[in-house]
Amino acid sequence: MAFTFAAFCYMLALLLTAALIFFAIWHIIAFDELKTDYKNPIDQCNTLNPTIEKVKKIKRVKIAIKLVLPEYLIHFFFCVMFFCAAEWLTLCLNLPLLAYHVWRYMSRPVMSCPGLYDPTTIMNADILAFCQKEGWCKLAFYLLSFFYYLYGMIYVLVSS
Amino acid sequence: MLFESGGITENLDGFDQLSWQGGWINASRPDTGEKATLGPSQNPVGLQQLPGVSYGMTHQPTYNPMQAKAPAPPGTGLYPSGPYQPVHPVSSYQPGPPLSSYPAPSGQALLTRPLMGGPPSHTPPQSASPGPRLPPAQATPPPPAVSSSSYYPNPRQPQPMAPAWHYNTAPPPMGQPTSMSIPPRGPVPNHVNPAASSTPSSTPYSSAPPAHVPHSVTQPPGPGMPPTSLHGYTQPGPAPPPMTHMAPHTYQPSRAPYGPPPTGPPPTMKPTPPPTGTLMPNATPPPPKADAQCGGAVNSTLPPTEPDCQEGDIECPGTVAGNGPQAPNSYNHVDNKMAGLPQPGPPGRHLGHYPSLPPGYQNTSALHNAGPPMHPAMQAATQPYTQPPQTYQQPPGGPGPAQLSQSLAALSLQSSTPESLRVVNLLQERNLLPPNPMPAPTPCLPQDLQKINCNPEVFRSTLTSIPQTQSLLNKAKMPLGLLLHPFKDLSLPVVTSSTIVRCRSCRTYINPFVNFLDQRRWKCNLCYRVNDVPEEFMYNPVSRSYGEPHKRPEVQNATIEFIAPSEYMLRPPQPAVYLFILDVSHNAVETGYLNVFCQSLLDNINALPGDSRTKVGFITFDSTIHFYNLQEGLSQPQMLIVSDIEDIFLPTPDSLLVNLNECKELVQDLLKSLPNLFEKTMETQSALGSALQAAFKLLSPTGGRMSIFQTQLPNLGVGALQSREDPNQRASAKDIQHLSPATDFYKKLALDCSGQQVAVDLFLLSSQYCDLASLGCISRYSAGSVYYYPSYHHQHNPAQVECFQKDLKRYLTRKIGFEAVMRIRCTKGLSIHTFHGNFFVRSTDLLSLPNVNPDAGFAVQMSIEENLDDMQVVSFQAALLYTSSKGERRIRVHTLCLPVVNSLADIFAGADVQAITGLLACMAVDRSATASLSDARDAMTNAAIDSLTSYRQSVLTIQQPGLLAPACLRLFPLFILALLKQKAFRTGTSTRLDDRLFAMCQLKYQPLVYALLMIHPALYRVDDLTDEGALNINDRTIPQPRVLQLSVEKLSREAAFLMDAGTVMYLWIGRNCHPNFLTQVLGVPNYAAVPDNLYLLPELDTAESQRTRAFIGWLRDQRPFFPSLHVIRDESQLKPTFMQNMIEDRTESALSYYEFLLHLQQQISK
Repeated sequence: MAFTFAAFCYMLALLLTAALIFFAIWHIIAFDELKTDYKNPIDQCNTLNPTIEKVKKIKRVKIAIKLVLPEYLIHFFFCVMFFCAAEWLTLCLNLPLLAYHVWRYMSRPVMSCPGLYDPTTIMNADILAFCQKEGWCKLAFYLLSFFYYLYGMIYVLVSS
Repeated sequence: MLFESGGITENLDGFDQLSWQGGWINASRPDTGEKATLGPSQNPVGLQQLPGVSYGMTHQPTYNPMQAKAPAPPGTGLYPSGPYQPVHPVSSYQPGPPLSSYPAPSGQALLTRPLMGGPPSHTPPQSASPGPRLPPAQATPPPPAVSSSSYYPNPRQPQPMAPAWHYNTAPPPMGQPTSMSIPPRGPVPNHVNPAASSTPSSTPYSSAPPAHVPHSVTQPPGPGMPPTSLHGYTQPGPAPPPMTHMAPHTYQPSRAPYGPPPTGPPPTMKPTPPPTGTLMPNATPPPPKADAQCGGAVNSTLPPTEPDCQEGDIECPGTVAGNGPQAPNSYNHVDNKMAGLPQPGPPGRHLGHYPSLPPGYQNTSALHNAGPPMHPAMQAATQPYTQPPQTYQQPPGGPGPAQLSQSLAALSLQSSTPESLRVVNLLQERNLLPPNPMPAPTPCLPQDLQKINCNPEVFRSTLTSIPQTQSLLNKAKMPLGLLLHPFKDLSLPVVTSSTIVRCRSCRTYINPFVNFLDQRRWKCNLCYRVNDVPEEFMYNPVSRSYGEPHKRPEVQNATIEFIAPSEYMLRPPQPAVYLFILDVSHNAVETGYLNVFCQSLLDNINALPGDSRTKVGFITFDSTIHFYNLQEGLSQPQMLIVSDIEDIFLPTPDSLLVNLNECKELVQDLLKSLPNLFEKTMETQSALGSALQAAFKLLSPTGGRMSIFQTQLPNLGVGALQSREDPNQRASAKDIQHLSPATDFYKKLALDCSGQQVAVDLFLLSSQYCDLASLGCISRYSAGSVYYYPSYHHQHNPAQVECFQKDLKRYLTRKIGFEAVMRIRCTKGLSIHTFHGNFFVRSTDLLSLPNVNPDAGFAVQMSIEENLDDMQVVSFQAALLYTSSKGERRIRVHTLCLPVVNSLADIFAGADVQAITGLLACMAVDRSATASLSDARDAMTNAAIDSLTSYRQSVLTIQQPGLLAPACLRLFPLFILALLKQKAFRTGTSTRLDDRLFAMCQLKYQPLVYALLMIHPALYRVDDLTDEGALNINDRTIPQPRVLQLSVEKLSREAAFLMDAGTVMYLWIGRNCHPNFLTQVLGVPNYAAVPDNLYLLPELDTAESQRTRAFIGWLRDQRPFFPSLHVIRDESQLKPTFMQNMIEDRTESALSYYEFLLHLQQQISK
């Protein structure tokens, strides 16, 4: 029983995955709001896409959680951690999602600012459905990986 | 949570909260398990859809991803390009399938279905069957549901309605004098003008004459206005009084074949069910018409129009006292005729070409041959006179389910194979093109519903029969969608009412297709909620009677306009604001467009739509931005130059936009001096982006319209673009690059504009590449429009100059609606999938349209989310809320009702090939931007393959060789081929990128009629025009040559041909053209003397010249923008362009029509 780097990675991943689960839920809610007309696509995309210049609007005292990039970065971050910890199995489990994230970002619409969602196309039923489905799939994935990391952490702690 | 933020919702939130609230009924979409495609990146993953999945935005290879159905490369030896080879004798099978293969026509199928929820409309008889509503002869029996039996199947009769509805473009709705006559009794609560002084107890006859008054008043030239105008659509000219008398002659003989003798209504026709108690008989007399006509005007006076009344009597037999005994007969005639054929089909097909006809149709062809061939418009002219009585048939309770099923029952007794399902072997039948423009197919609705249904030019569906389930739709492999032209110029009934009656849950406007459960309650036809009828609505001001809510104009017209009360405004209605942004760089001055623009604006400055608050402003730009201070009191306009284009600011924010009326002289001064001001400029750069930002700042407090005139690629400051076109790739058969924008600057700016109610219209006058893909975004998302004049030059291209001049005139003077939103609602179970057109989609069913103009069309793809099992009809409602140029807030509502069917055969029978083509074109444009052009091309080919395969496999019971299509889809392969050869989608032919993109823009936002001409031009032979079958409009005789196939085979050296391609016309002169034509029409002695770039026909005083000019003028009058005319000889530069439109012929890079058919056949039989 020793506190190895791998165990640390798992613990960190556990915490971060909790955050990712929150993001995924947020994502699902955001698209549901869009679908049910509660939100204007421009606002919604502004909240989803990390925008830089929007700080000017002082009126909103809202902490803009710009979802997309933080999520990708967090995921990338603990993938790197697992790589360093030589947790190959865990890394392999995460690689498909990592690849998906890269592909998704590469194939985003033409935008001058970072971000994925284009307010002019987001209301297209196909894209909306895709984004919703993406949210649910990610939620499932993060939930499963949450328990996997929990198991992995205990396993590493116990075995070493 | 709601609309907490600023941005685009700022101005419109009010609409949402107040008027649109709860508008979206069907928010939660059950997960259909579809494999959604990711829009922005249409890669293989996105392309594939599982079978049985929604016919999505990826309509193409989706049905069966495994099947790679790419068009065969041209020039392979596979396809004989020779003459058509009959594969099998037609007679061996043709009559068979239609009769045997559809044992259960929709009528029967529907009959077995449970009725639509709720009891049938059951209005207490005492209120609903008052004397005046009933025609003389039918007044005595207790309200029989005669109308219900009138299924509306006759393929010929109803359809001429389509072209018949030539709207009267001129009068703005408000101006329409409601002319109804009443002693100005104090404004009734609803302000709807009571019609005549007919009271419920009066005789039917008394109400008739007044009903005609409005017509004669609104349209003095045509005293005998067809009662159709009760819809508010008035016939423009082509309804001269003589026509009225023609009508019976034309139609009466035709009735015989269809039904029992006129006098005795057949039993099947008149199921008189007790429960439907108060359903209206067919001939509901005029009060409704009065309803329709009752515009917002309250204080109209009764014009003394005795003669008109008389005339009305004559035209509208059912309403005439003297015609009492005849009237009912005539209704029966119509009914019987209607019931004779179960399904509508596109009319105008020349049945004579088919060797053998199913027995049921020989009558039809006889009918066709009976009279002289009539142009649709001609038929239109006659139409109103025969149909008017039925127009009033709105049953008191709306379409009750009982009624519906009865009508279907009646139908089923006489059903036979519908004309639209007649099998056509495309490989054998050559002459498929109808000789005249095709009208839209008529939905298979009971006649009384169809009568009041929305005009197909305004609202049209690709499938006039809606499939019951999504899986059925997927099986049919045809796109389901709507094509709208919501702001079309028309004169329509306007209602001023303090309360606008809407469904409490889905906010649907009350419409003709709702059910009145009883006097005080109505059931929404979209969400089926039962609503109360407000007290105010109970009073029918038209008949000045109480307790007849179903007679109100709102319930009598599928298209109606309301003057919105203040709840529909978040801010005071904005004034009309026009800002012109002019490119004055060296390049722009070279083209010389400034002169034309300034002159046009000077000429039309008083015709700009607006009121006393109208504002105008001007900005010019090259590498700097020039503002013009037009403040009142200045002796001359003051130019202010801002050279800091990186951080643009407004030098004097208050005086740049000025009131047009107060400062008209300064504006005129400016317009006169502007062209000279920049004559010597050597500035070649263009800072369009900064100019746009400045304009946005200027307009954002008010909203309004920006018109940009740009002549080159913007190359300075923000929004600068690079040339992306490689001229060597223009003719590449490989994929075309750069169809999507290079930057999102213009898109973002457009969204900002949209949020501030600013629309941007782009006029591109350039000979070089301008990157329309990027620039076009500015108009696309701000609901503007794009106009493109390639190679515009004031000297070298006079045809373009003329075209630009005429277009500008139309642009400046046409109607305009500001700060508009459009919401499209549909019956629960249907949902909107994708919108096409120029707008910003604000929510699932709401479009934000900063400006709306009468030349904008929209398309909507629909999907079926829940099964429509227990419904027999579904409705769609498009509501356009806008501020008129006079500062009035108005709502224009269109409602379309369509039947639901549950068999594939019925779906195919109701397919509208033109609408399908239009929608596919929109989808393909999207597809080429998100995926690639070749993808889009494959998708279109596959659309044809899939639907025909589906037809062959699921509908045809007897398998025969050949390429079989139902008659209603017989032109589908031709239209698909035309799309593949259209400028937007063609490959292998040199096409400039901007031309291609402009064609794409046009396909997306043009109304269907104009888009179709772009896709499949019309070819006429014009050297032998005769007056036979000619139209007569305003004393002008307009010859009606027949439409020819687009094949060189049809051309002859001895003749001259006119090709009408929508935005341009070509007059092709054969080398050996008859000298008579050359001298009499072109005014030249011989062929060699025809000038090279002739674009005007000389006004010669010869019959031939008059006929030709009348015909061309008539074609031009039919569209808002001016198509330029090019006279083409063999050596002309434009000859290749002309020849490229010969889409049935083979080119070096594309298949001929026959080859294409063979390719389809090969793919289908795989």
